[in-house]
Amino acid sequence: MDMPVPNAALLARKAHIVGRLQEGLAPGAVISEPAETRVYECDALTAYKCPPLAVVLPETTEQVAAVLRICHEENVPVVPRGAGTSLAGGALPTEDCVILGVARMTDVLETDYANRTIRVQAGRTNLSVTGAVEEEDFFYAPDPSSQLACAIAGNIAMNSGGAHCLKYGVTTNNLLGVTMVLMDGTVVELGGAHLDSDGYDLLGLVCGSEGQLGVVTEATLRILRKPEGARPVLMGFDDSETAGRCVSDIIKAGVLPVAIEFMDRLCIRATEDFAGAGYPDCEALLIVEVEGSAAEIDEQLGKILEIARRHDPVELRESGSAEESARIWLGRKSAFGAMGQINDYMCLDGTIPVSELPMVLRRIGELAEQFGLQVGNVFHAGDGNMHPLILFDANKSGDLELCEQLGAEILKLCVEAGGCLTGEHGVGVEKRDLMGHQFAPEDLEIQMAVKDVFDPKWLLNPAKVFPLASSASRRERSL
Amino acid sequence: MLTPSNEREMAELVQDASGPLSLNGGGTRPIGSPVAGRALSTAALSGISLYDPGALTLVAGAGTPMAEIEAAVASEGQRLAFEPMDHRVLLGTEGVPTIGGAVAVNASGPRRVQAGACRDSLLGVRFIDGTGTLVKNGGRVMKNVTGYDLVKLMTGSYGTLGVLTEVSLKVLPAPEATASLSVAGLGIERAVEAMSAALGSPYEVTGAAHRPGGPDTAAVTTLRIEGFEASVTYRAERLKALLAPFAAVSVERDQEAVARDWQAIRDVAALADGEAAVWRISVRPSDAPMVVERLPEAEILMDWGGGLIWARLAEEVDLRAALSDLSGHATLMRASSERRARGDVFEPQAAPVAAIAEGLRARFDPRGILNPGRMG
Repeated sequence: MDMPVPNAALLARKAHIVGRLQEGLAPGAVISEPAETRVYECDALTAYKCPPLAVVLPETTEQVAAVLRICHEENVPVVPRGAGTSLAGGALPTEDCVILGVARMTDVLETDYANRTIRVQAGRTNLSVTGAVEEEDFFYAPDPSSQLACAIAGNIAMNSGGAHCLKYGVTTNNLLGVTMVLMDGTVVELGGAHLDSDGYDLLGLVCGSEGQLGVVTEATLRILRKPEGARPVLMGFDDSETAGRCVSDIIKAGVLPVAIEFMDRLCIRATEDFAGAGYPDCEALLIVEVEGSAAEIDEQLGKILEIARRHDPVELRESGSAEESARIWLGRKSAFGAMGQINDYMCLDGTIPVSELPMVLRRIGELAEQFGLQVGNVFHAGDGNMHPLILFDANKSGDLELCEQLGAEILKLCVEAGGCLTGEHGVGVEKRDLMGHQFAPEDLEIQMAVKDVFDPKWLLNPAKVFPLASSASRRERSL
Repeated sequence: MLTPSNEREMAELVQDASGPLSLNGGGTRPIGSPVAGRALSTAALSGISLYDPGALTLVAGAGTPMAEIEAAVASEGQRLAFEPMDHRVLLGTEGVPTIGGAVAVNASGPRRVQAGACRDSLLGVRFIDGTGTLVKNGGRVMKNVTGYDLVKLMTGSYGTLGVLTEVSLKVLPAPEATASLSVAGLGIERAVEAMSAALGSPYEVTGAAHRPGGPDTAAVTTLRIEGFEASVTYRAERLKALLAPFAAVSVERDQEAVARDWQAIRDVAALADGEAAVWRISVRPSDAPMVVERLPEAEILMDWGGGLIWARLAEEVDLRAALSDLSGHATLMRASSERRARGDVFEPQAAPVAAIAEGLRARFDPRGILNPGRMG
């Protein structure tokens, strides 16, 4: 993975740039000592690291605008940062950039139960949005697994999903409005507490644009009343193709579970060693969860179990209590930690049409064998968002590169199957150079033309999303 | 009328066009300022190329008739969740509504409050930009954050950024049972409160509409629930109890009657008569009573729990002045072509937002030949 050569002229002007930033912000809001900027040298994609020129931590939209205005005048690239939990390197700095962190912008600005909305500063964590409304039995639906730590700003940048998207959608389906600052310091309001857009759907365009179009400082989010209850059922199958067909049949039968999660044998064994959830030893396991009142849950699970039985499961485990439900989820929720115990791993994020699951799983197995690496599969089966985990040894020379090559092959496979490179993590730097496998040059050109409109100098998070070679001439505009 | 028979011909026509083009699907949704230009139709880009019920996805040419899509998904017990409006009823148009037209205007019906708008069901697009270049974006999977989301940008862009040639949609299971709950005689404020209480309940209300009373008619507030039989029965009982403090609740369980009532709400049939202007106003629901109060002469239909207000009133009334301090937006959906030709059909935008829109238009359609002026 390459990053652009840092601009030596900017590095030479560091003291001047830092001085200007300090003028506009409170003491302590600008970090420039190398010992302190190191904290910001990477996000959750820890394979790549680079300390930034400086870090700013503003507290208001006006301060964000002031920072961006200065950086725009000085031609300094800006990398926006939420909580730094990106698995794709979305917040990876370059040596000549300013990191604009929104971690100090965490206020709830308005809760409005009658209109079912909440307005927050964008640095607020995902889970604490629900935390702010749960005393009234409301919740914010998108639930990425990093929800304890990740910020709404990052959720918007990556259009984050989670386990419950099948029913509730992803961030873009739950985002009603934003206050956003453009690279030149202009503040724009998109959307609001009302529905849909006046004119072009710029809100939809901004969501998932990986911090390349503007810096979101405030967001209006849709909140929902909590369902009366939820209950999972666990199913084990002898082969993953049968599990895949079962998923398809459940969906075709008209039941819309809130989540359908899949784990293969490698993951099942790892989580058993780690968490001891009592999962059956089988090739493929599904956890299907439905919501509603007790009677509604019974009705839906009745239909789901009837379908599952037609596929000769090796195990069907219903839950009779909150404790049993928690045990069913225990292994799934500890899957990533359990895999991490075995070895280092790289987590992929391709999405495929659900009907292609059996073929794709088989091909991943063949590719893993060919590369001599182990791949575990744990993912959201209902929406086809796969998370193959490739195990490798970071201390073994060449293993990371081999793992990256296998990862690229698996993602290409997802595209060939009719899917895409990333379902919820984003492109960042990780999948940047694979974009040509999913998009023709014209498809990428018009996306880059969109960035030209919002950020003509290409200063916002410039080295992400697009293959470096294709964005080179644009990124050189500010040099 | 130019009617290219495939994507390549469409690209060539756009590339070779020497002047403005006026884009048509089925011609049933003439919303916005009239466009002077050579008529270009997507009608021949028709047909469902992929329907995968087990993956809840469908791919079709932009010119595919809505009826064909609705019949195909119904045969598998599924449906389009966003409940697209048939604009022929309100606009008095004739022709065959197409999926591309529904996408171009982001047509979304009563279920928008629960299942999202057309833009939320749209997974992928293929379109020809103003230079004649074919562009694809999104795909046919439900979770996709690969690159910028031009799918959302194209939805509701009224053919001013590109000619849609193919769309890919998420479909959902159709319910086994439905019910409508009606409350009579509520004033606007109480009606919005009742709808908010229902939409803020755990009972998954998929429609919440209100028609104020007239000299001879009583006001009616209607809620819809959908799902499995036993579940609908259960939720109807719970909602009845929840709404008891407002007024007596009657429950309609006949499937056809429920479908007919909600189709009429979807198509704004109550305001279809006559020639008067019809506005579509999106606000936060709690502002709805104020909107209605400021438009004393208007005939009103409220949907989305009060968040969507349809108002029929004389063309001369300056609606924007009356609502200028409220956040939200208003679109003049029906008016004489003279009135629409004067512009101001869509909500005026703040200068920096308008500049972005203008910048996008200049890049997607540098010659300004795709539906020029349609969005004002």
